[in-house]
Amino acid sequence: MSNQYKLVRCTINGKQVEKMVDVRASLTDMLRDDYRLTSVKKGCEVGECGACNVLINGESFNSCIYLAVWADGKEILTLEGLAGPNGELSDIQQAFIDEAAVQCGFCTPGFIMSATELLQAGREFSDDEIRKRMSGHLCRCTGYENIFRAVKKTMLRRLGKNKEADAV
Amino acid sequence: MYDIKALYEAQSVPHAIELLLEHPNAQIIAGGSDVLVQIREGKRAGCELVSIYGLDELRGVRYEEDGAIRIGSLTSFSHITRDPIIQEKINVLGQAVDQVGGPQIRNIGTIGGNTCNGVTSADSASTLFAWDAVIELTGPEGVRRVPIQDFYIKAGKVDLRPGEIQTGILIPKVAYEGYQGHYIKYAMRNAMDIATTGCSVNVKLSPDKAVMEDVRIAYGVAGPIPMRSATAEGRAKGRPTTAEEIKAFAQTVLEDINPRDSWRAAKEFRQHIAVVMAERALRESIRLAGGVIHE
Repeated sequence: MSNQYKLVRCTINGKQVEKMVDVRASLTDMLRDDYRLTSVKKGCEVGECGACNVLINGESFNSCIYLAVWADGKEILTLEGLAGPNGELSDIQQAFIDEAAVQCGFCTPGFIMSATELLQAGREFSDDEIRKRMSGHLCRCTGYENIFRAVKKTMLRRLGKNKEADAV
Repeated sequence: MYDIKALYEAQSVPHAIELLLEHPNAQIIAGGSDVLVQIREGKRAGCELVSIYGLDELRGVRYEEDGAIRIGSLTSFSHITRDPIIQEKINVLGQAVDQVGGPQIRNIGTIGGNTCNGVTSADSASTLFAWDAVIELTGPEGVRRVPIQDFYIKAGKVDLRPGEIQTGILIPKVAYEGYQGHYIKYAMRNAMDIATTGCSVNVKLSPDKAVMEDVRIAYGVAGPIPMRSATAEGRAKGRPTTAEEIKAFAQTVLEDINPRDSWRAAKEFRQHIAVVMAERALRESIRLAGGVIHE
């Protein structure tokens, strides 16, 4: 077994951090064990379920199949980084609650991070495009419709289309 | 934690070659969406890894001096799909790799990894075959270029010599200029699935758009490695864009392809969809090229 460690410097949720990390660690391992960011779920651990999804330089990645050492120099955003300074929920988190898009909640952080990437594009996506962009996640409770609605409503509201959002 | 014996991170292409020569049993890792999963499954447990993921010089799409399109081997699928050169010249490649796995996989997966693992179902491979792609390999003896058809040796085995890494994929100008193409992936679901069969077709029409000057067709999962159907291509070349010719072309693919029974689908089913896909993909290619199909 290896005793190989490497210094990993990166920005996590807006804060510059550094730590010696075991080269065998996945980014999921690093975020959960070294930084206690437990929104990053360990699900399938083979890149199929999307529960460990985080944004790296603005793009979504399954952190379970991403070596922690690759995070060096990167900007990482996890669900914890979405809330306000006093723990206020962001609009997309609130929408998941309002639409009952959460049941057991295990898939939720991953879904919300994919939604965050979609919302950051700042444009309107068709229903099919939203479904495609959210397709890298498995939810065994909600049946996806409520999740889809939460994402679509938030997208429309951010574009100032409140009436259309209410009609979704 | 992954069951890895050691990890060596390459800082440059020459450094990667050095590391591979120093550690001949090491596995190259690019995006890792295959390699890391294989380690989790225990298939590569205890292996040494040479990571090339940090080599930004192998990312991006640009033109070579001779007009060939160079795709850096570490370019991710999502970046290929969004690239303006790809969208203008070989949009079908961007569309094909936009059907790999799901969004997160398309952000980590690289076209170099997709071709180096030698898998017949790779969504990029059939389109690269159909566009006469050339694989660039860099190793201890310098750079060599191999047509993609020669790069694939057998299932899971490509022509990658000790100390070599794939540094780029080139589409020559003669191979893309004037061509329009379409890719169809047949799978059980729209996301996170492997192709039951994939088919990539492209066509170059005569100036009056009435004749198929050139037709190229390639398949994934129609044999142990991706393959062209030369007989069908020969059948269609120089023929008018009629429904009858398209049907005849599609039937001819059965002379070349050799799909197998697997738990995903039966051989007969794959043969059936291969014909249907050839017809539909050629029809769409002709339409994209501005042609009209005479029924």
